[in-house]
Amino acid sequence: MAEENSNGKNGNRVGLLERVKAGVKEDVQSLKTDMPAKAKEQIEGLKDPTKTQVYTSIFRHKHDDTPRNRALGVLSNVFLHLHPAKINRDAVRYSYTWGMGGITFYLFIVLTFTGVLLMFYYHPSKVQAFRDVLYLEHDVPFGKLLRNMHRWAAHLMVIAVWLHMFRVFLTGSYKKPREFNWNIGVLLLVFTLLLSFTGYLLPDDQLGFWAVTVGTNMARATPMLGHEGPFGKAFHMTPYNDVRFGLLGGSIVDANALLRSYIWHCIGIPIVASVLMIVHFWRVRKDGGISGPAPVMLTEEADKPRRAV
Amino acid sequence: MDWHQLWEIASAPDNVPIVGMIPLLFFYIYLAWKQAKANDELIGELETNPAMAKTHHRKTWPFRPGWQKEVHVWPFLLRIEFLAAIIVTIVLMIWSITLYAPLEEPANPNLTMNPAKAPWYFLGLQEMLVYFDPWIAGVVMPTLIIIGLMVIPYIDTNPLGSGYYTWKQRKFAIGTFMFGFIVLWVAMIIIGTFIRGPGWQWFWPGQTWDHNRLIYEVNRDLPDLFGITSNLAKGIFGAIVVGGYFAAGGFLVHAFFRRYNPKDYKRMSLLQYSIMQFFLLTMVALPIKMALRLALHIKYVWITPWFNV
Repeated sequence: MAEENSNGKNGNRVGLLERVKAGVKEDVQSLKTDMPAKAKEQIEGLKDPTKTQVYTSIFRHKHDDTPRNRALGVLSNVFLHLHPAKINRDAVRYSYTWGMGGITFYLFIVLTFTGVLLMFYYHPSKVQAFRDVLYLEHDVPFGKLLRNMHRWAAHLMVIAVWLHMFRVFLTGSYKKPREFNWNIGVLLLVFTLLLSFTGYLLPDDQLGFWAVTVGTNMARATPMLGHEGPFGKAFHMTPYNDVRFGLLGGSIVDANALLRSYIWHCIGIPIVASVLMIVHFWRVRKDGGISGPAPVMLTEEADKPRRAV
Repeated sequence: MDWHQLWEIASAPDNVPIVGMIPLLFFYIYLAWKQAKANDELIGELETNPAMAKTHHRKTWPFRPGWQKEVHVWPFLLRIEFLAAIIVTIVLMIWSITLYAPLEEPANPNLTMNPAKAPWYFLGLQEMLVYFDPWIAGVVMPTLIIIGLMVIPYIDTNPLGSGYYTWKQRKFAIGTFMFGFIVLWVAMIIIGTFIRGPGWQWFWPGQTWDHNRLIYEVNRDLPDLFGITSNLAKGIFGAIVVGGYFAAGGFLVHAFFRRYNPKDYKRMSLLQYSIMQFFLLTMVALPIKMALRLALHIKYVWITPWFNV
């Protein structure tokens, strides 16, 4: 190709060929010497993976044990940065905190995880729901364990929420400036109970069916909005337009009720509860972190502004 | 004594959480009480010794000068959270392997379960159905419980006891909450679980459930006891009784509250005070109505064409 494009001078042709030869020789030489050297250097470099670009792009700081790195370990992690870097040395006392709020959140995560797995095997329809549970119990590998764990975690979550509220009350942690967060907490308590209740119907067995029948029958009696409630008639309530009808998607607990409780259970309430949880945790930080164990206050100081200790 | 019956109720899978909750509740009440007692003793000591109040670090455990007031979240808090997550996971695993989630026959609207019970955490509400019409027990009361919980931070004007366990400084608040949570909510759940049998009849623990038992209870209405027959008179009489309860009860609470909580009384605005009165009297009305029903077989106090109380 070089010959054809040349101007017809021999010297040039020879020179070009030699230059190409020399170039190729150089390339071969560099393959022989540079590559092993580079490889050696890089293998050497891999002995300390924390220096690689991949590693430093993921972890933004060093991990040797210095106070700065301990703080950064919490602050530069999206999951841990909910916590401050440092807390009062007494705030970790279990006898004070009981840890029930954290356990509630952990159970929520367990329930989300097992719940998503259960959803793979479940159809919210009258024809299939009960059979799906049977299938889950007898044929799906670990299906029984999955369902058991989902149910017991739900019960445990209700207990943990109650104990959390009990502790917060006993330590007066709803007092200024945490009033609003107590209210978020009450809503979360309600949603926890509703989550549990909507899940009760899903196996479509006698237990769930009658529990939900008993539960939603109360809605008939809602004042003004239920057809059997006080002033229900005056508001033209019938079994086909009252608040119970809205809950069940019908006048009896049937296919629509199953679908509605499935959607509330798996999508509606978890989203609302998650939003409230975000607010709840955020406010714990914004309201000054965990309330105690605080220094005791004496009666004569009650109406004075708190002395800075 | 029918031990088999007792065991059957206590070991029903969905009742196990309640059986587990009772000792848990005792343990945490003990834990709170122990710390409250220690704090109260310290408060007493500091109040009699102003010099000590100035120097003491005001907690029941020692603090040495030179100790850092704050600790790193990593690892001092995160290790506790991690440990809690592991323990909860182990408990759940063992529980899920050893105890199977209940699954009854497929839902059958033509075959009523007897007793048809709500999920255990709602059994308190179901128990209230004995004493009140569904519009109160199922709708008004739950709403009032939620609102009542939410107003707590806004009507509790006592600045003491924020961030530490105490009894001495918050007798009224803690006493009221314990009454509502332990005596009313938890105890009613226990009644609903262990005592109510077929037909929602009262069966003592260990008494065999008799599905054919009939009880001929003659429940009367309060106006009947006074020989009132006309509907108008019944309505007026009931309104007077209920109104009288709130007036007399409110006066009684006022008399006690003013004497024993003078500081809170002084701090509270009229709005805060009336809200507290309303919720307190409504809560106390529940055991009063229970006593009227159980001891005197009184069904309604106030009868109107639209609703009965």
